[in-house]
Amino acid sequence: MARLIRTEKEVEGRFEEVWIVVEEDPLEQWPEGPLEVVGRPAPRKDGPERVRGEARYTADLRLPGMLQAAVLRSPHAHAKVRRIDLAPALALPGVRAAIGPGEAHGLEEEAGFAGAAVAAVAADTFAQARAAVKAIDVEWEELEVVLDPDDAVKREQLTAEPRTYERGDVDKAFADADVVVEGTYRTQTVLHNSMETHQAICEWQGDTLHVYISTQFIWGIRQAVAQTLDLPEDKVRVVCEFMGGGFGSKNGPDEYTFVAAELAKRTGRPVRCALTRREENTSAGNRNATIQRLRAGARGDGTIVAFEGEFRNSVGWSGWNASTEGPMRMLYDCENVRSVTYGAKLNTPPMKAFRAPGFVEGTFGLECLVDELAAKLDVDPLELRRRNYAASNEGTPFSSKNLEDCYRMAEPHWERRHEVRSRSDAVWKRGVGMASQIWYGGGGPPSYAWVRLGSDGRATVITAMQDIGTGTRTAMAQIAAEELGIPLEHVDVALGDSARGPYASISAGSSTLPSMGPAVRAAAADAREQVEDIAEQRGLPADTPLQEIVAVLEESQILGKGARGPNPTGMSVLTFGVHVVEVAVDVETGEVNVERVAAIHDVGRIVNPLGASSQVEGGVIQGIGHTLSEERLLDPESGRILTTSLDSYRMPTIADVPEIICEFVDRPDEHLTNLGSKGLGEPPIVPIAAAIANAIRDATGAEVHELPISREEMLRALREAEERAREKEKRGAPAAV
Amino acid sequence: MSALRLTVNGGEHVLDVPVGTSLAQILRDELGLTGTKIACNEGHCGACTVQIDGVPQLSCITLAHAVEGEVTTIEGLREHPLVEAFVRADAVQCGYCTPGQVVSAAALVAANPQPTREEIRHAMAGNICRCGTYPKIEEAILSWQG
Ligand code: FES
Ligand code: FES
Repeated sequence: MARLIRTEKEVEGRFEEVWIVVEEDPLEQWPEGPLEVVGRPAPRKDGPERVRGEARYTADLRLPGMLQAAVLRSPHAHAKVRRIDLAPALALPGVRAAIGPGEAHGLEEEAGFAGAAVAAVAADTFAQARAAVKAIDVEWEELEVVLDPDDAVKREQLTAEPRTYERGDVDKAFADADVVVEGTYRTQTVLHNSMETHQAICEWQGDTLHVYISTQFIWGIRQAVAQTLDLPEDKVRVVCEFMGGGFGSKNGPDEYTFVAAELAKRTGRPVRCALTRREENTSAGNRNATIQRLRAGARGDGTIVAFEGEFRNSVGWSGWNASTEGPMRMLYDCENVRSVTYGAKLNTPPMKAFRAPGFVEGTFGLECLVDELAAKLDVDPLELRRRNYAASNEGTPFSSKNLEDCYRMAEPHWERRHEVRSRSDAVWKRGVGMASQIWYGGGGPPSYAWVRLGSDGRATVITAMQDIGTGTRTAMAQIAAEELGIPLEHVDVALGDSARGPYASISAGSSTLPSMGPAVRAAAADAREQVEDIAEQRGLPADTPLQEIVAVLEESQILGKGARGPNPTGMSVLTFGVHVVEVAVDVETGEVNVERVAAIHDVGRIVNPLGASSQVEGGVIQGIGHTLSEERLLDPESGRILTTSLDSYRMPTIADVPEIICEFVDRPDEHLTNLGSKGLGEPPIVPIAAAIANAIRDATGAEVHELPISREEMLRALREAEERAREKEKRGAPAAV
Repeated sequence: MSALRLTVNGGEHVLDVPVGTSLAQILRDELGLTGTKIACNEGHCGACTVQIDGVPQLSCITLAHAVEGEVTTIEGLREHPLVEAFVRADAVQCGYCTPGQVVSAAALVAANPQPTREEIRHAMAGNICRCGTYPKIEEAILSWQG
């Protein structure tokens, strides 16, 4: 029976209350540990298509008669279109239509950042469309530019009211503390740079709009496009079979989708609107920069008694104020916490969710500060973390938390620090650092799946979800195979089309597996129960193989359906982990090499250990880029973006990758769904920056406060450490370095 | 428009295309060989890697009319043991960079069937993978002969 319930829904750390319809979810969880298929390493179902170049991404689709669009973008960080003339563009060869401000959602008269979309052209070829965009005659009125977040906060130029939080009596706790540490931490703006750029192809067939798009959320696109264009949702079909990365930047439709839809309407032909790499780096979102002014107080026995933080997120022209203060509130058992978080509205490109937004930045500040506290208290950093273990989430019980097991598993890696340090020489200093991780990743309803079973004993999982490269098809097939008791090879997964399957969750917030997996299991169980009924009617013994039972069905099919049940009420569903990192620092040049990363995570049941290790490696590597080399640079005068190409924006290559060891607690969350699995896409990128910075401190005594840890920042921190040591010596204390 | 003769994966093609067209564009738009991906279109990422006479080249910055020699794309390497090795090792996440990785790796193992980790890192450093499949790529190349 369908039940209507009200439940809290969380995506990327943002909560809302929603009504949902769920069906009964009566399945018992499977026992802990590897089963027949679930919990065993499985190569990707769609691996061969992808590796052989057969998988069709949005970028590979060629619809008959398709036109190419190009977008005119503002060269100014803040300006208004005084006058615009599209006629010169329309006069050029191959041009079929041109639209200006207000003629498609996302084309605006006021450009709030360099790269904001203003006008667009559709032509037979992309080269023609680009040439036409250049011919558009625009007269700009330049407006005042605000680029500095402190400046914006001072003027109260914010994206929303500042967010404040307080528990306990922070002032008293600091006054009573034996030890207080404080510091300002800064993180930079980084770019997602998915390998497939943002793009969509739109085609009208009758009154239905077909949207082929590189997206993380098929149903979100359907809803947003329908709402914006005032169409019934069923008149928008969204297709995404394969997509080339998103990392949070492809959760919704942007101007390119609406440009393609409008130009397709005007020309009566399918239109592709694809960002170039350079547009991707100006206009497709970013992880916003932060400034974190932090303070921590502790008693002499290592009990942390107070945290205080002032956080400034450089949100940009639009976007949301991510929870940079989240780790400070949630990671430790600290009675007194106070924070205020400002979202600075700037003339810079809008932020977008980027793999654990807020928590990546906040964990860098917090976990560096905790190590500074450990140094001042002269307590082992691992021990300090254990002493301040949070037993609940601000009073709410955890559905499961096995961070203690992560710490235990971290011990052998942590023990290596003596040996690692001893391998230092005059130039290369070596050390070991750690940082803990807390983040969401519980997923939630609604999400649905169907399972279709034929008389050949083969099954297909059908659901209109997307696989953004995390191995979704494989995990879903494993779950269905396990429940049906058939080999993995006998299960296919059909996804990627809103017209051909039920509603499925967003692939963001580490939610794909915990949202979809339980729905798939429920659908497979529904099919299995029908098979059991048939066996009974045929008088077959209960252990008859499924293939034999269904063999008489001929063209008949068994159709199972399943829905994702609600999350446990009154509980916090969170993921945990710890990283232990070994680094080598060249104290003459400031070069930092990450040599070894042990990543230990607690995300409930692991469905596919092989795919899970790939997720962890990917997160760690992206995090190393964030920590050491990646930074979007702006011209401080004009606000123009200087790092628009992949040679100026430095992402890790294979040569930058350390040894990475992945370990999992792998224990189902007994309160969470019929599966007990949480998500893993984001957790591994959360603690890596702080763990690297803490390893640098261990190696050199230098306190790094800024990302990326460029050679300048490293040399600055080394000089500062030397001065500190000299002063200590002057005062007669032994040098710490 | 100008005549162009190309040998791709053993097949001859005669085309008439504007001078200045990139090889990547010819492969994808004229010949329908969309296994070759374009991710930056300016020579910085390796997604568009093809072989010309066995040597890895960036097809997005190679002018089609300037190609001398036989072009091999991922479509011509589909039966290469590296494909199976990549799948086995899970050296693929979103897969957008992967065909380019395989084409580069195939050139490497043709020249050096048993490359060391260091040699792999050197040869593959021009192929960016934003998903971070690098450790698995190393593993796939180390074990490509099964
Ligand atoms: S697409 Fe050719 S190098 Fe990036
Ligand atoms: S697998 Fe996604 S970019 Fe390499």
